[in-house]
Amino acid sequence: MLVAVLAALTRIPGVRGVLIVSRDDGLVVADTLMEGVDGSAVAALAASLAGRMRSVTIALGQPEPVMMHLAGTSGSLFAAPGQSGLLIVAVAAPDVNAGELRLGLLDAAGRAA
Amino acid sequence: MIADDIQALTTQLARDPSSLAFLPLAEALRRRAQLESALTVAEQGAARYPEMAGAYDLLARIRSDRGEGDLAFDAWTTVLRLDPGHIGAHKGLAFLCYRAGDHSRSLRYLERAVELAPEDAVLRSALDRVRGATGARLVPGFTEPAPDPSRALEPEPGQALLVDRDGRVLAGGVSDANGADAGDAVAAALAGVTREAERAARLLGLGPWRRIALEGGPAHLELRAPTGDSVLLVMRPREIPAGRLALLAERAASSARRWLEELV
Repeated sequence: MLVAVLAALTRIPGVRGVLIVSRDDGLVVADTLMEGVDGSAVAALAASLAGRMRSVTIALGQPEPVMMHLAGTSGSLFAAPGQSGLLIVAVAAPDVNAGELRLGLLDAAGRAA
Repeated sequence: MIADDIQALTTQLARDPSSLAFLPLAEALRRRAQLESALTVAEQGAARYPEMAGAYDLLARIRSDRGEGDLAFDAWTTVLRLDPGHIGAHKGLAFLCYRAGDHSRSLRYLERAVELAPEDAVLRSALDRVRGATGARLVPGFTEPAPDPSRALEPEPGQALLVDRDGRVLAGGVSDANGADAGDAVAAALAGVTREAERAARLLGLGPWRRIALEGGPAHLELRAPTGDSVLLVMRPREIPAGRLALLAERAASSARRWLEELV
C-alpha cells in the first residue's frame, strides 16, 4: 500500500526518487529511485539532517517539524517524519512542483503509521 | 573561435555529457552573442558540476550579458561561496553594483579584487575610476565607523538570528515557545545544521544549498546562508504563508549580506 503511494510520488515530474527511511539508523526501508540515485546515501544524509533540524526546534521549544525542505541550486531534498520512527524522503529536480510533492509526502507520512 | 570549433565542442559534449567542453563551448557562444544557447549549455554544466566555481562564473557572465543583473548577482555570490578568493566574481559583482549605481559597494568588491591581484594594472585603474565616482579620498588617520549591528536585522525584531558557522551570534535574536531568550541555544544548534546541510547537498548533487524550510509547530522556520560563513534563521507564526516567509527570509538575507560586507 505505502509502496504504491511512493510509486505515485515518483510520477510527479522532477522527482528523482522517494524513500522510506528508518530515522534512528538512517537505513532504507523501501524505495523507488531513478537510476543513479544512491538510496543508501540519501537515507543516511536525510536522517542525519532531520536529526539536526530537530535540535533547532528543541532549542526553540517547538515540536518536531512535519516537513523539511533543503533546496540547492541543482535540486532539493524533502523529508516528512511519519509515525513509528519512519521518515518519508524525496529527492527532486529544482523545477519540481514543490507544492504537489509536499502534499504527497505529508499524505504518505500520515499513512506510515 | 570559429564556427567549426563550436561544432567540434558541441559534438564532443554530445558524445560525452560529463566532458568539461561545456566551458569553452558556452564561452564561445557567449562571445558570438548566442546568449540563449550559451545559457542552456552553462546551466547544464553547472548542474552537472555544482561545486565548480568556474561554471557559476560563466553562468553569471552570460546572465549579465542578458541584462539579468539579479540572476548574475546570485550566480557570482554562489561563486564566492565556493571560492571566496575568485577574482572574476569580485570584479563581476563590482561591475553589477556600479551599473546599479551602488558605487560604494562596487568599491568594496574592487578593493578586494585588487587585494587578490595587486599586480593587475587594469583592476587598479578601475579602482581609481570608481573611487573618483564615489568621491572617495584616502585621508591619513581616517578610520571608518563600525557598522551598527542593530541595522542588520532591523525589520526582524525577535524573529531572526544571524550566526557564524561556529554557532556564535552575530546579530538578531529569537525567543522560545515560552518567550524566553533562546538565541545562544539556537545558534549552537545552527552550527551543526550548516555543516550537515553542506554535506548533504554536496553528496546528493544538489549544488550549494540555498535555503532550508521547516514546517510544523507554532512557527515556521527558514534558514539561509547570506555568505559562505554565516547562517540566518527567520521564523514566523504558522499563519504566515510559506511563500511569504520565503520572501521575508530572502529580504532579511540580503540585509544581513550587506551588513556583513560592511563589517569586512
